[in-house]
Amino acid sequence: MPRTYADLLKEARAQIREVTPQDVSALAPGSATVIDVREASEWEQGHLPGAVHISKSYVEQQVEAAAPDRDAEVILYCAGGVRSLFAAQTLEQLGYTNVASMSGGFQAWKSAGLPWEAPVILSAEQKQRYSRHLLIPEVGAAGQTRLLESKALFIGAGGLGSPAALYLAAAGVGTIGIVDFDVVDLSNLQRQILHTNDRVGERKVESAKKTINALNPDVNVITHEEMLVADNVDRIISGYDVIIDGTDTFETRYLLNDAAVAKNIPVVHASVFRFEGQLTTFIPYEGPCYRCLYPTPPPPELAPGCSVAGVLGVVPGIMGMLQANEALKVLLGIGETLAGRLLLFDALDSTFTELKLRRDPECPVCSTEAVAARAEGRPLPIPSFAAAASAGEPFVLGGPA
Amino acid sequence: MSVVKIPTVLRPQVGGNKEVELAGATVGALVDALTTEYPSLKSQLLTDEGGLNRFVNVYVNGQDVRYLDGLATPVGERDEVRLLPAMAGGSADGRG
Repeated sequence: MPRTYADLLKEARAQIREVTPQDVSALAPGSATVIDVREASEWEQGHLPGAVHISKSYVEQQVEAAAPDRDAEVILYCAGGVRSLFAAQTLEQLGYTNVASMSGGFQAWKSAGLPWEAPVILSAEQKQRYSRHLLIPEVGAAGQTRLLESKALFIGAGGLGSPAALYLAAAGVGTIGIVDFDVVDLSNLQRQILHTNDRVGERKVESAKKTINALNPDVNVITHEEMLVADNVDRIISGYDVIIDGTDTFETRYLLNDAAVAKNIPVVHASVFRFEGQLTTFIPYEGPCYRCLYPTPPPPELAPGCSVAGVLGVVPGIMGMLQANEALKVLLGIGETLAGRLLLFDALDSTFTELKLRRDPECPVCSTEAVAARAEGRPLPIPSFAAAASAGEPFVLGGPA
Repeated sequence: MSVVKIPTVLRPQVGGNKEVELAGATVGALVDALTTEYPSLKSQLLTDEGGLNRFVNVYVNGQDVRYLDGLATPVGERDEVRLLPAMAGGSADGRG
């Protein structure tokens, strides 16, 4: 005797524990995985905050990634509470031991006046453009939306900034700021692939903007055609989520470090020299800052810039792409950044070496004492550039944060 | 003998070598041996008081000696010692 839909539903109701929207609302954040099993078009109209979306037709294929622990609580919901019952049966078949279905579904949730959110909806063109991101569970529509809402600032549209900006633009980072007051020189084109031969003499920020928007018109490029100095650093970096440091002067690097630590903005740092590169990510208060790594700048003869020492063009290319990778992880909140680790690259050997970095408990910028002093409006004295070189009087860079 | 890795910027002062083999049971002894053999390195690695300059980091097996025992950090035969000064080049030609 074939069974009817009513029979199957009755069986599912008997088998699956049901919870009310109020029960789900009362759960401590993160204590259960809440999965919305409706179709994508329904999800886009609004969903429970913190829920993940797996259409019922993909439950078998995708649930293990969303809920790896089969003994942890998983709550499913749909629009009215029926599809989630059947999906819950599938989870039990897969060995999940603590599955529930939310009775009444999203309609009951909304009727109860509980909070819900609507995702930023990707256009059809964006879905196609970012389709390879959307396929990755760790990125998906939520991650892509996050990238589109993110702001990355590049200090320098040069050898490091070129590949990093191109890849972040391609990835759909919605706002890209560029600080550079230079013009394109023929000698830049050996490595600075944002720029082109017909733009020699053009302002770098404008050249960069053209290249980025030609690649991805989704990106809003903000040009800061000025030199980063103590008077403008706070204004320029405000509102950015991550900074990609491609400077090659220590003065700018320390200035950026101090301001970014005070504003709690991660800085992805790289520097290059001939066949070698160094890379790390400074996440304020989580890992060391640049001053923890190098408390004072070296004398100029020990640290010549690329214009003096030269660099194999591909080295900033490689390091810049690794910077883009770090920035994407920071923006998406996935993976392990290089905070607390310094990665060295040697192009001649094709080797990477990793060194351990630590926070300096006496750092004048990121130590507990320095944070407290800034909060009280009396930042700790930091040796100035000239002072470090001549051992003269220390002075304070910038004002209170 | 321990191997001391020399950064590119200092290689001209050690005959262009990428690494130098030296005898010494501590970081300090290795630095002494290095600056005795290559005296021009002394002012770049050490302060007038004989401490390590703050713009040169020394790592033993990937760990910064500032957080070990500084110049007194012991070095074994198979340990890798690396000198690493701050690197300038962001490849923006100093104007980025």
